[in-house]
Amino acid sequence: MGEVIVVTSGKGGVGKTTTSANLGTGLAVAGHKVVLVDTDIGLRNLDVVMGLENRIVYDIVDVTSGNCRLRQALIKDKRFENLFLLPAAQTKDKNAVTPEQMRELSAELKQEFDYAIIDCPAGIEQGFKNAIAGADRAVVVTTPEMSAVRDADRIIGLLEAAELSNPKLIINRIRPQMVKRGDMMDMADILDILAIELLGVVPEDESIIISTNKGEPAVMDHNAKAGEAYRRITRRIRGEQVALMNLDVPEGLMDKLRKLVGLR
Amino acid sequence: MSLLEFVNRMLGKESTSSKNIAKERLRLVLVHDRASISPQMLNKLKEDLIKVISNYMDIDEDSMEVNLSQDDREVALVANIPVMKMKRDYSTKG
Ligand SMILES: Nc1ncnc2c1ncn2[C@@H]1O[C@H](COP(=O)(O)OP(=O)(O)O)[C@@H](O)[C@H]1O
Ligand SMILES: [Mg+2]
Repeated sequence: MGEVIVVTSGKGGVGKTTTSANLGTGLAVAGHKVVLVDTDIGLRNLDVVMGLENRIVYDIVDVTSGNCRLRQALIKDKRFENLFLLPAAQTKDKNAVTPEQMRELSAELKQEFDYAIIDCPAGIEQGFKNAIAGADRAVVVTTPEMSAVRDADRIIGLLEAAELSNPKLIINRIRPQMVKRGDMMDMADILDILAIELLGVVPEDESIIISTNKGEPAVMDHNAKAGEAYRRITRRIRGEQVALMNLDVPEGLMDKLRKLVGLR
Repeated sequence: MSLLEFVNRMLGKESTSSKNIAKERLRLVLVHDRASISPQMLNKLKEDLIKVISNYMDIDEDSMEVNLSQDDREVALVANIPVMKMKRDYSTKG
């Protein structure tokens, strides 16, 4: 029996789709049978990030409305034969899926896969309710910005109300230079505010954009910092204890000056 | 960045850094965001309050009011509970 993990955030553009793609790919690399489910109806994106946009025939609404069988809609990944994508519908109405249908779909996916990763749309409306309906656990993604952290707080409340307790946090797009000069909240600040368990931190990294350009998740790139971050997150999802990545920046001129005049 | 800010940062003082401003603003905004309470939870709270208070006095359950109220700085639980009758306090009067 597999596990359904929903990746959510409240605010848009903080890295849900990026996280879903990398986590799913990371789990597939580790040998698990994985399905990625894009529930962002009308704003389909996971297909592009995975580089599978040309293979879509059916979508999630086709499955939930009985237009086709689940197996017909699943797209096999190019690189890993144990990785699949169930794409979002692009032209259908947002309310085309109900929470009840999502619960049924999730139950079916759990029979067949070790992990189903649900990429959630932004917001707290119907799409969010659908995405979490069949989930066993939740991952909340935020960036170190006020608005994203605030929305994450709201989402954590809603997840708990929906009895998806103990969501785990991913802090994405950390910029160590800005943290260092005191212009960006760090991990400790955010954990203190949100009071939930940390799943991992991901640095701001050009490789995310490059990998999206190519349709190859950064978790496969062994030279990418963000890739390393997602590899560690993947291992934590599998239950391993893994140290946090060191995001410290090398000592700059200012530090040297401060030391020189004895201020540190 | 003002000169004062710059000097403070040179000295490694963090209090004026923008992250601390963000943290303080977030703290305040979350106090308000989190102050919403579902009708179910409010009802449970009322029932529990009635249970406890009834050990000490008879109250008018129908006209009792319990609500969260908030202003700029803080959130308070405000209760207005009309007392019908006090119970005799044997323990202190002995
Ligand atoms: N760690 C990162 N470093 C650089 N860019 C990132 C990072 N994470 C996400 N992005 C970029 O931010 C944008 C939004 O990410 P996305 O995963 O689509 O967010 P969401 O699904 O939450 O709306 C994308 O263009 C993505 O490439
Ligand atoms: Mg997305």
